[in-house]
Parts: sequence; structure tokens; C-alpha cells
Amino acid sequence: MSTQVPEEQEQTEPDEQAAETAVQQRETPGDRRRAERDAERQERQAAAGAPAEPDEDAVLLKVFRYDPEVEGKMEPRFDDFYVPRKKGMTVLDALIYARDHFDTTLTFRHSCRQAVCGSDALFINGRQRLGCQTQISDLDDPVRVEPLPHQDVVKDLVVDMEHFYDQMHAVEPFFQPEEESGGDLEEYRQTRENREKIKMSTRCIWCGACMSSCNIAAGDNQYLGPAAINKAYRFAMDKREGENMKEHRLNVMDQEHGVWRCQTQFSCTNVCPKDIPLTEHIQELKREAVKQNLKFW
Amino acid sequence: MSQSYNRGLIEDFGRWKEFTAGMWAWILHKFTGWVLIGYLFTHIAVLSTATTGATAYTDTIQGLESLLVVRVMEVGLLAVAVFHILNGVRLLFVDLGLGLEQQDKSFYASLVVTGVIVLASVPTFLEGAF
Ligand code: HEM
Ligand code: SF4
Ligand code: FES
Repeated sequence: MSTQVPEEQEQTEPDEQAAETAVQQRETPGDRRRAERDAERQERQAAAGAPAEPDEDAVLLKVFRYDPEVEGKMEPRFDDFYVPRKKGMTVLDALIYARDHFDTTLTFRHSCRQAVCGSDALFINGRQRLGCQTQISDLDDPVRVEPLPHQDVVKDLVVDMEHFYDQMHAVEPFFQPEEESGGDLEEYRQTRENREKIKMSTRCIWCGACMSSCNIAAGDNQYLGPAAINKAYRFAMDKREGENMKEHRLNVMDQEHGVWRCQTQFSCTNVCPKDIPLTEHIQELKREAVKQNLKFW
Repeated sequence: MSQSYNRGLIEDFGRWKEFTAGMWAWILHKFTGWVLIGYLFTHIAVLSTATTGATAYTDTIQGLESLLVVRVMEVGLLAVAVFHILNGVRLLFVDLGLGLEQQDKSFYASLVVTGVIVLASVPTFLEGAF
């Protein structure tokens, strides 16, 4: 069965994002990325003259292939797939088409197809992106699809995410309130300001794009990485956890392989598909850690 | 994952074309920092062996300054120092969490200002060198 995306499903996302950015006053790297993309789109359209006729041209996908279990496929290589262009087609759609029509052994992970599950972070034309969030029409031809760098390749586009998950779990990524909430099943209330403070940090979908983009994480396997630190930020800044818990969380971060490993290269912030200002969060935790250490009273 | 395929280090350096501003800033800052350390020690070594007398000192300095390589390398040293200082200030702002959205622009600005200062210094540094 084909899992091609029905046309209208694609449309909700940009609307949502537009609404969200309208609320935000600050320009995020994502805003800039989208502005750049839109400008490029217009350029493309201008170059192509009138709005492109829906003709039957194909997009060339160059896909990384590797299968340790099949003789003759153990040597990594790139396969070419010519996929018919469709309006609104994403890289994930193109991969699904290639798999369903040309080679059923082509292996990649995907699930939600709407940038929610975080399973299809790939290295597309030299950058970590979500396959389902990347329009073919925004990319230069040919489209080169590789598994995430700095992770071991299991098969084709599938990488071993175990290490990434280990780092995520290492920061106790769960809510630990100081005291039980009042009565039975009562909610833990949070101020609007505090919610706003941690808003961006809650958006992580565990895709691993940030970790893969980070040179430092590549060279230091013990480094917690941007996503895990962002997760720690999400709870450390949550006032409902209380001061003691915050101190504990900062102690976890205030380590050589914690926040101090970050060299502010901004690679993670540049690639995060959820526009989380990762470097900003890491830097804030660094300052909080220093402040905590300087507390003499 | 004993069977998984590790693409090794080559993928990092082979991708230099895809490096972003922040990555270049980091590489250049490391490089210039270590060049400055190297210069500092050479500087100390050379000068401390030239303090046996007034003429020895003057001879050493004049001898060095008469060499074209030294003249050219002085311009290089200035470039390295200026970039390191400007980008160092940029890093301090980044550490304070100020202007994080402009981090790429401030890196390019460091490069441009370094270039301008170095060009402006050329007449002074290379006067009569050729
Ligand atoms: C106004 C002058 C200077 C400023 C503002 C400055 C600033 C900085 C900053 C912010 C860092 C980065 C720390 C980090 O976040 O990793 C750094 C690193 C460094 N600086 Fe400077 N610096 C200055 C002068 C110098 C001088 C004169 C030397 C050499 C004698 C030097 C040698 C280094 C070295 C070796 C590093 C480490 C490079 C590495 O990461 O391996 N700096 N500097
Ligand atoms: S922080 Fe962003 S890039 Fe990193 S795992 Fe979460 S969603 Fe993906
Ligand atoms: S398929 Fe779920 S994030 Fe892309």
C-alpha cells in the first residue's frame, strides 16, 4: 500500500507556523530560514517564467545505500531514483515513491509525516532536515539523501539512535515536582510567564538532527548534546520543580561533558526543525551554573 | 552495533563546504589563539636572548626587520591578533546571551573589520620593505 500524502494534509503546517510566528515578536533562525526559502521560491518561479505547468518532469534522488547483511551491498553506494515531481512533494514523499515503485528494500524510518514524531531526520543536500518537512521544490537538483552524520548506519538511511536516546535519558527528562500537588489528581499550575519561558524548549521531537550537526558531539561521545541539554533546560527553568531540584539539575549540567562542552558553533540551532534556540538555552544554563557556583550566602 | 557502518572522520573534513558561520568562527578562533601563543613564546625567546647589551638588542631588531619574511609575517600577526580580539569580543557577547540572532553577521563583521585594519596597516608595516 502506498503511503503517499493526500494533498490537503500538507497545508495545515505552514498555516500553523505562520500563525505562531505572528505571535512571536522575535525573529528565530527558523524565521530567517523560511524567509530565505520564500525568497528563493519566488526567484525560482520568476526564473521559470509563468507558474510552472504541471508537467511530468522527474526529480533525481541520490540515495545512500548500505546493507550489512547482503553480499554485494556491504559497500556503501549511492542509488539514483527518478521520481515524478508532484506539487507539494516532500523528500519523504519522494523516498516513499521510490521505495514503493522502484526498490522495496530501500529502508528509512518515518511515521507521522508532519514533523511531529522525529523519526525521519536525514542529511539532505548537506544539511540535517526532516524528510517530511522539506519540500523537493526548495532543493537543488539532484537531491542527495544520506543518513544522519556522526551516527552509525544500520541500513540505508537508518542510523543507530541508541546513543542519542541514552544522552536524553541521562538528564532525567521527566517532571519532578518538589511537593505532591494538593488534592487528588490536582493539576500542577504554572504561571503564564513561566510557561512562555519554557515554551520553545518543550517542542523537541527527539529527531537527533542537532546532535548530528554538532562537531563537538562528534568528537566527544560523552557530551550530552544540544537536545539533552535543552531537555534539562525545560525542567530546570520550570518553576514548579522548586529550587532544590533546579540545583540538582544544574549540577548535572555543570560538567565538562555537560554545558561546558558547547563551543557555541550554532550548528544545532541552525538545523533544529522545531526552531528551538538551542545555543541560547545552553548559554543560559552556563550562566545559571556559574551564578550558582558564585553563591556564597 | 558491530555490523553498522561507520563513515569515520573523513565525513567531517570532507564537508568543509557545508560549514556554517559559527563553525568557521570556532576554527579560526582556535587557530588564531594558538598562533598568538606560538608568537608569544617566540617573542620571549628572541628578546630574552638579545638583552645582553644595547647594541645586541638593536642589531637583533634591525636584523629581523631587514628580512622581508618578517615584515610580511608582521602583517599576518596583526591579522591574527585583530581577528582573535574581535571574534573574542563576539564570543563574550555570545556568552552573555546578547545578540545570539546576529552571531553569523557579527562573525562576518569581524572578518571584514580585520581585513580593513590589516589593509590600512600595510603601508606602515611594509614601508621600504620592497
Ligand atoms: C583582547 C584580546 C583577547 C580577547 C578578547 C580574547 C578572547 C578569547 C576568547 C573569548 C576565547 C575563547 C574561549 C572559549 O570560549 O573557548 C579565547 C581563546 C583563546 N585565546 Fe584569546 N583573547 C585575546 C587575546 C589572546 C592572546 C594575546 C593570546 C595569546 C597569547 C590568546 C590566546 C588564546 C588561546 C590559545 C585560546 C584558546 C583557543 C582554543 O580554543 O584552543 N588570546 N580568546
Ligand atoms: S532539539 Fe531540535 S534538532 Fe534536536 S532533537 Fe529536538 S527537535 Fe530535533
Ligand atoms: S515522519 Fe514524523 S517527523 Fe517526519
